[in-house]
Amino acid sequence: MATTLADDLKPLHHPKTWIGKYVWSQDHKVIAVQYGVTAIAIGLVALVLSVLMRLQLGFPGSVPWIQPENYLQYVSMHGMIMVVYLLTALLLGGFGNYLIPLMVGARDMVFPYVNMLSYWVYLLSVIVLVIGFFVPGGPTGAGWTLYPPQAITEGTPGYSWGIVTMLVSLAIFIIAFTMGGLNYVTTVLQARCKGMTLMRMPLSVWGIFTASIMGLLAFPALFVAAIMMLLDHLAGTSFFMPTLFSFGQTTDTVGGNPILFQHLFWFFGHPEVYIVALPAFGIVSDLISVHARRNIFGYRMMVWAIVIIGGLSFLVWAHHMYVSGMNPYFGFFFAISTLVIAIPTAIKVYNWLLTLWRGDIHLRVPMLFAIAFIFTFIHGGLTGLFLGNVSVDVPLSDTYFVVGHFHMVMGVSPVLVIFGAIYHWYPKMTGRMWNKTLGQMHFWLTFLGTYAIYMPMHYIGILGVPRRYFALGETAFIPDSVALANAGITIAAIVVFLAQGLFFFNMIWSLFRGPKADPNPWGAASLEWQTPDTPPVHGNWGPKLPTVYRWAYDYSVPRPERDFIPQNEPPA
Amino acid sequence: MSQAIATSGQADDITAGLREVTEDWSADQEVFRHTHWGKAMMWIFLLSDTFIFSCFLTSYMTMRTSATMPWPNAAEVFALTIGGQSIPLILIAIMTFVLISSSGTMAMAVNFGYRRDRKKTAALMVATALFGAMFVGMQAFEWTKLIEEGVRPWGNPMGAPQFGASFFMITGFHGFHVTCGVIMLLIIAHKVFRGDYDRSGDYSAVEIGGLYWHFVDLVWVFIFAFFYLW
Repeated sequence: MATTLADDLKPLHHPKTWIGKYVWSQDHKVIAVQYGVTAIAIGLVALVLSVLMRLQLGFPGSVPWIQPENYLQYVSMHGMIMVVYLLTALLLGGFGNYLIPLMVGARDMVFPYVNMLSYWVYLLSVIVLVIGFFVPGGPTGAGWTLYPPQAITEGTPGYSWGIVTMLVSLAIFIIAFTMGGLNYVTTVLQARCKGMTLMRMPLSVWGIFTASIMGLLAFPALFVAAIMMLLDHLAGTSFFMPTLFSFGQTTDTVGGNPILFQHLFWFFGHPEVYIVALPAFGIVSDLISVHARRNIFGYRMMVWAIVIIGGLSFLVWAHHMYVSGMNPYFGFFFAISTLVIAIPTAIKVYNWLLTLWRGDIHLRVPMLFAIAFIFTFIHGGLTGLFLGNVSVDVPLSDTYFVVGHFHMVMGVSPVLVIFGAIYHWYPKMTGRMWNKTLGQMHFWLTFLGTYAIYMPMHYIGILGVPRRYFALGETAFIPDSVALANAGITIAAIVVFLAQGLFFFNMIWSLFRGPKADPNPWGAASLEWQTPDTPPVHGNWGPKLPTVYRWAYDYSVPRPERDFIPQNEPPA
Repeated sequence: MSQAIATSGQADDITAGLREVTEDWSADQEVFRHTHWGKAMMWIFLLSDTFIFSCFLTSYMTMRTSATMPWPNAAEVFALTIGGQSIPLILIAIMTFVLISSSGTMAMAVNFGYRRDRKKTAALMVATALFGAMFVGMQAFEWTKLIEEGVRPWGNPMGAPQFGASFFMITGFHGFHVTCGVIMLLIIAHKVFRGDYDRSGDYSAVEIGGLYWHFVDLVWVFIFAFFYLW
């Protein structure tokens, strides 16, 4: 009755042509690479935008064609691209697609056709997003949060066309994500191989699985908000628009509720933070365990912490709205729920540290990135405790302290994990090994550069420097040291930007010239390293699906031939 | 005495039930035993869709409480004059009746699907689709009537502009769901009639289509309660 692919009842349809294999492919691994390449490509656009912003902030007026409205557009597009189109798409669409079937021992996602469609619809959303750069008035400059009424009111850059492409692109992205997310969740629930219980899955799968469920429940709020704002803008409705006095005239809109948009946006926006963070948590747990040759400390606790963080993240959204004018008693509730999240998060951090404790740590490049993640995540998490408290948040709100905080905790931390994960799984994905020296140079420049960029931001934030400002001008409370700090941040940002060239060179060069990689170079126990072919072919497992006998963390086993037991090795 | 036994029996049932749930979730391969993956996927999709409709309805309620102009009286706006008499909510009552009836025919279609009764399944699905099409048709009539009375997304003569805006948005989104459902039911009915599922031995598509259809009905009950009866 139940015909999953894992049952081996339904033969996979192997494509015959090159286009069928690599373009209109239904193979989860090819789709993963398509997702990954597209996400990184659009992420590079956002990276360039951030460098342009830094040039203006560090050396005001040095690039004459960056006008105030351009600056606001860069801020908005940088934020939205990085959070949604890069991080969400890469972690779920890229790593989710690649890892889930391999790690749970399936031949493919349960519904490969819809999985393929998911990628092409995602590509469409990226194209619509990019069109925003070329429409009259340019992309929207409303900030990545797109708050009405200013997002669609005359005077904001891109208020006529840019905001439309942005909202339409988001709606398309959500449709794409829904198609992918349904596949990820259903595959984990219904298509695991024999012996693979939920509590034997690697934590990477747990993170991606929980994040996919969260995405399916959180993105609807953004979808609804996008549709309502589109109607406000195009059909003249007053969902979010009160009566405004603008350019000497009152608008036609009556009695709309702008705070409603903020609630909808952050009901999506806060879970979104964890949609990005949870896959990173999961992946980093696996990296640390493999490269420290220790079983992950407190596996069950780690799983439950992921699930509890996922659940709690739906109860904290209004901590982004302490200064929005909502009822202060709300702030009290949301401050408490926000600080409660620190408990499962701290459990995870302690467990990572205890996994490293007395481990046989191999400081290979993926491990360097994983340990760096623990640093940046603790720093970003601790500043989160400041901002979660209403009375501390109010003076810090909309300063560079906030910028430093969220870049540390949800910008840099997941990106470091992504780098670590790419270095970690690259040998399996391509069958070749990258250059170690280039990888280490890339790591140190990125990691130290991160601190050079974001640490000073906390300082200038505490001084009260507001974010999103094109130029600071002559202001009494801002000392000269701020200009110096800003120049330093910009130089560090440019160095980090250029350092990414090492990464891309390394990846592309190794793809063609790298030495042949061992099928399991790190001695990892999880299932994806036990495939008969490297890189795995369509169908993953050859004629017979694997059978799993144990969890994914049997390391440092005292026996002569190898110090780990693969998940599919039968008990002796 | 007998009551005590009954209660403890019930408690045993619950314990046994919980144990089975735990066993299912800690089993390998499948969490939902002997469940077609498509069915599981449809359930998860419906959960996600529930959040979309919840967001729409919650937003509507928020707007309604914070609107600065008076909210029109739904009983008056949605009244039809039949035989010289104004009957409140008569069209909506008929629409709701039609849609709920379609759930009945759908449930029968699923039942006949289990019995592998190709012709009856297909016929009942076509009947369901016809009920759905009737519903959308009456909705088009209702929209036309309101538009003729001057209700627009940006304002209406009866009061708060959010009334017309949320009416068109929410019923439009629901009507879109019904339309998609009608198309899907017709496609599946066609495949049933052609004998596709007899050949593959797998009638689950009928049940999956049915899940979606019942969901669309259920959502309508909420829209009906919150928009028309409030």
